[in-house]
Amino acid sequence: MKRIFFLDGSGPPFGHMLLALGGYLGGFDGNFLWNRIGAEYSSNVPVWSLRLLPALTGALSVPMAYQILLELGFSHCAAMGAALLMLIENALITQSRLMLLESVLIFFNLLAVLSYLKFSNSQKQRPFSLSWWFWLMLTGVACSCAVGVKYVGVFTYLLVLAVASVHAWHLIGDRTLSHVRVLCHLLARAAALLVVPALMYLLFFYVHLILVYRSGPHDQVMSSAFQASLEGGLARITQGQPLEVAYGSQVTLKNVFGKPVPCWLHSHQSTYPMIYENGRGSSHQQQVTCYPFKDVNNWWIVKDPGRHQLVVGSPPRPVRHGDVVQLVHGMTTRFLNTHDVAAPLSPHSQEVSCYVDYNISMPSQNLWRLDIVNRESDADVWKTILSEVRLVHVNTSVALKLSGAHLPDWGFRQLEVVGEKVSRGYHESMVWNVEEHRYGKSQEQKERELELHSPAQMDVSRNLSFMARFLELQWRMLTVKSDGSEHKYSSSPLDWVTLDTSIAYWLHPRTSAQIHLLGNVVIWASASLATVVYALLFLWYLLRRRRSIRDLPEDSWLRWVLAGALCAGGWAVNYLPFFMMEKTLFLYHYLPALTFQILLLPAVLQHISDHLCRSPPLRSLFSALVVAWYSCACHVFITLRPLTYGDKSLSPSELKALRWKDSWDILIRKY
Amino acid sequence: LLWDETHFGKMGSYYINRTFFFDVHPPLGKMLIGLAGYLSGYDGTFLFQKPGDKYEHHNYMGMRGFCAFLGSLLVPFAYLIVLELSKSLPAALLTAALLTFDTGCLTLSQYILLDPILMFFIMAAMLSMVKYNSCANRPFSAPWWFWLSLTGINLAGALGVKFVGLFIILQVGWNTISDLWHLLGDLSLSVVTVGKHLTARILCLIVLPLTLYTATYAVHFRVLNKSGPGDGFFSSAFQARLSGNNLHNASIPEHLAYGSVITVKNLRMAIGYLHSHRHLYPEGIGARQQQVNINACFFLADPLDPSFPVEFVRHGDIIRLEHKETSRNLHSHYHEAPLTRKHYQVTGYGINGTGDSNDFWRIEVVNRRFGNRIRVLRSRIRLIHLVTGCVLGSSGKVLPKWGWEQLEVTCTPYLKETLNSIWNVEDHINPKLPNISLDVLQPSFPEILLESHMVMIRGNNGLKPKDNEFTSKPWHWPINYQGLRFSGINDTDFRVYLLGNPVSALCAAWGPGLSQVLLQGGGQLLLGWMLHYFPFFLMGRILYFHHYFPAMLFSSMLTGILWDTLLRLCAWSLASSSLARGVYVVGLLSLLLGTAYSFYLFHPLAYGMVGPLAQDPRSPMAGLKWLESWDF
Repeated sequence: MKRIFFLDGSGPPFGHMLLALGGYLGGFDGNFLWNRIGAEYSSNVPVWSLRLLPALTGALSVPMAYQILLELGFSHCAAMGAALLMLIENALITQSRLMLLESVLIFFNLLAVLSYLKFSNSQKQRPFSLSWWFWLMLTGVACSCAVGVKYVGVFTYLLVLAVASVHAWHLIGDRTLSHVRVLCHLLARAAALLVVPALMYLLFFYVHLILVYRSGPHDQVMSSAFQASLEGGLARITQGQPLEVAYGSQVTLKNVFGKPVPCWLHSHQSTYPMIYENGRGSSHQQQVTCYPFKDVNNWWIVKDPGRHQLVVGSPPRPVRHGDVVQLVHGMTTRFLNTHDVAAPLSPHSQEVSCYVDYNISMPSQNLWRLDIVNRESDADVWKTILSEVRLVHVNTSVALKLSGAHLPDWGFRQLEVVGEKVSRGYHESMVWNVEEHRYGKSQEQKERELELHSPAQMDVSRNLSFMARFLELQWRMLTVKSDGSEHKYSSSPLDWVTLDTSIAYWLHPRTSAQIHLLGNVVIWASASLATVVYALLFLWYLLRRRRSIRDLPEDSWLRWVLAGALCAGGWAVNYLPFFMMEKTLFLYHYLPALTFQILLLPAVLQHISDHLCRSPPLRSLFSALVVAWYSCACHVFITLRPLTYGDKSLSPSELKALRWKDSWDILIRKY
Repeated sequence: LLWDETHFGKMGSYYINRTFFFDVHPPLGKMLIGLAGYLSGYDGTFLFQKPGDKYEHHNYMGMRGFCAFLGSLLVPFAYLIVLELSKSLPAALLTAALLTFDTGCLTLSQYILLDPILMFFIMAAMLSMVKYNSCANRPFSAPWWFWLSLTGINLAGALGVKFVGLFIILQVGWNTISDLWHLLGDLSLSVVTVGKHLTARILCLIVLPLTLYTATYAVHFRVLNKSGPGDGFFSSAFQARLSGNNLHNASIPEHLAYGSVITVKNLRMAIGYLHSHRHLYPEGIGARQQQVNINACFFLADPLDPSFPVEFVRHGDIIRLEHKETSRNLHSHYHEAPLTRKHYQVTGYGINGTGDSNDFWRIEVVNRRFGNRIRVLRSRIRLIHLVTGCVLGSSGKVLPKWGWEQLEVTCTPYLKETLNSIWNVEDHINPKLPNISLDVLQPSFPEILLESHMVMIRGNNGLKPKDNEFTSKPWHWPINYQGLRFSGINDTDFRVYLLGNPVSALCAAWGPGLSQVLLQGGGQLLLGWMLHYFPFFLMGRILYFHHYFPAMLFSSMLTGILWDTLLRLCAWSLASSSLARGVYVVGLLSLLLGTAYSFYLFHPLAYGMVGPLAQDPRSPMAGLKWLESWDF
């Protein structure tokens, strides 16, 4: 709402934009802190409209479950069962009542599956009709929306793609169709399932970058060029800087890799300690570090080794790729230098210092060759912000590098800068770019210090293209690392199937009313059981078919396989990848997988009743069992209801009675 | 002495000296190295300290010779596999030549490393699988059984050397499943026959390898019975097995009772005993109370009042732990821990055993197989702070200087069951109780096996690359982007550099790309290449160029078949048969000569070179630095 740029590693911006849309329609001005769980919303927050969208999508998932089962070829009864199960699943209710994205993701997942099924069913009757096109396109759009809400949506997308390609493969093998027609079919699918999602995905980012044009708290993670394209923040400083770095330019150099923290090349009066703690010696020259804050000591002057002046001539002589330069530290006028002395924390690399002449046999080695990494031609000029450069030492061919280690107290916990052999290979931590830049005018040191303290001002504006910004944002999103690996309510994927974990979402400030993410135990257990039963039955049928024993008629076999591919497959692709993820995981990550499992449950039940219960009395007994089981699920739903809605304050003994598993963190107040 | 010889040679010596050590790889490879050394008269006294050391009078040729012998067997194996798969002599010859002239393979096989042994077993498994496939028309005949069980044996060997052997197991498994699927679909065979086939495979490919694999561990633990550098990685109960360890042949009271003097060891840390000393936490870090960190010292499990009859501590009891030296109680409170801010600080508090209510801990036994009493060494216990409900654990972080660089102990409010928060009792003194010998507490073989696997997996996961370092990436490997320096940096050093033969790499890079053309023989090899290559993209651990070599073997074999087929196709498209034959032969010969010439150019890398670096025009390798990233 405030148009401030942010970066969220969990997913592309579509989900956040949808929530913001709710806020926008409710007239929200974005002025709320969202800082403390349990805080009261102030009157300017339209909670109702902000929560409307997740609630709506959560509610729509129920009829969609019904539709999906129908389209899979199961009876109305089974479809009804699926819808009713979705309806009384406590975890889904909790998740969709609040401003959270899972219900939106589940909605789009189901929409993608449903529209693909509608599409493939209309394939049999009227290909290339209006409804055929509609459902095909909707599949693509729903897939891209799912991916756009959270990255895990990509698993459902891949599943739909896999099913679609199997169907397409059958289509190619269909000899009744002409070649041209097959080609048309394939092209239509490729357009709808590959091109449309890609375009939609770009569109989300386009809108996102148009909407959030102001600088914000996550600026630091982005490159200088990206930051300069946002309003406020860095752009205010760099706006109007001269583009081309010339001899005599005053610059700050930012490390492009920026890990563990973004920082600038820095030096200060202090020297390296004569002897380190581990007994090694140093050159005792002035420290050069990387400093994560803006500081007047971050300024360096680019000097021509052949001349003495530290000002820009007129006309300015630009520095080009391959030129040899010296870098002079602005505040101390010492030269950036490196030599064959082991660096303080990375003894395999060279120490970088600002040269102090102690009149001992250690000559200064302060010539650096400029290597523009992203140059277009070898005659490229060193440009502010845009050029990514390596500074390669002439004598020893090492490049200036951020080692990532923090110096001890003598280095004020700043980051270590070393010289590493260029031949060790290219790494982004060796690459730097000019961030702030101005042409130096003062010859005298005193004046220059004054000049360094004053902010730079001039006027040329430059903007990045959308694609460049998109690619960078995308890359940072995928590589951003979450720091806190431990959370009170985090859990491992193994806990999810058995519901061995819960998340406390909210506790009333005074009473013991509380909201928990807790699933309906009966549904979770029976859904997992259904998956196992499905897998066993499927294997059994498959082996017997291989021996040419057909238990099922061909069409119900195909239906059985498709239901399994979409529902059991949907569960597998949405669940198993979490075992390989290293981020902090929570119970709600399992909900998309759970929805698919719930869809499988009535399908398996109907199959058992249709094909395995041969006699009518057995069948009625089975139906009676199903009804009993469902009422049991309803009972569990009602029992857990106070924790789902948080509308009733329970006594400690009632809460204790609800704590069915020791691992559930139900909060009990001590009076 | 070169590169990883420092590890594997040293581990070979450990076998000869029978000292216990720990490594992230399974033991078979090092055991074979040790055996080769033992047979060739090496006495295990060389120290294997750092690359570049001289062997001097030590007899190392046996170990190197053994690895080199296995490495040289790769060539005939590859020849036989390709011959069997493609039935084409030229293709087999080409493959053999590619491998013979591969500088990388040569470099790896020359030294005491695990890779030649691993590659030997992989190729042997592949060969026996291919051979057994070709006996498929005579099931249950003697050669059929022979090759099938040989496959199983080689699989066990591959897995026993490195966990990478898992990939060849997957390949054989895939081959077996598709084989069985065909048999099942063959309606002329009765179900009983299919059942027999299935049982034979389960026997030879699952039961046999597992038995052998377990047997290597049995030998490993039987041979290494002396205490050594690997002790600390394992639990106290495990250490009691090793002679020389202070727990060996010790006798202590079995069950914990009130009034006992004990040491408490963390299950996760290498060497981590609960410890305290007379130093206070510095100003500004939580409460200024006595530090508690991980190191070795004594604690006293005390009763509220030292009552006369011996009372055993049981699961769920509320206890107080008093530090013996300083007589302060183990204490926690709502102050943040020094390094892990989300946890609570743990301190020593009180004078002569009188503290406050924050000194009470509930003791819980995690594995209650031994009953509710707390058994020395074997019981895994958790200590839960009564007031805050947090669990005593170690964060694994090293305290700064004020904490003597010992490990931090915290009380974590997150009640997750991790090894960090599980402890066991090691030393135990209680004059009122009878001492028993620790031998009865020794873990059984399956427990040892499980524990050593857990430790290995943890060790492997610990090998993470650093953020700001240049690391080898899987995509570098097939294109020979950068080699691996085995020894020597400066121009006066003896330098060996691991780099594949660039010409064969050039040929081979085409191999996987084009091989869809040949589905039958090539398919197996393509699968092998993919299985040995692509999983590395998903691995989080640090990777080196030599990890590519098993995949390289498959890609070389693929290349042999591919170029043979391509040349044949080219030749046949030319009309007259004599010309076609000429083109074919010339093509093959030029490939052979090309690889041989490039081997001639690059052989100093493998055999070692002295002299100026390649950038220098005076160097013998001048002009051979074809890629900027090669640094020999």
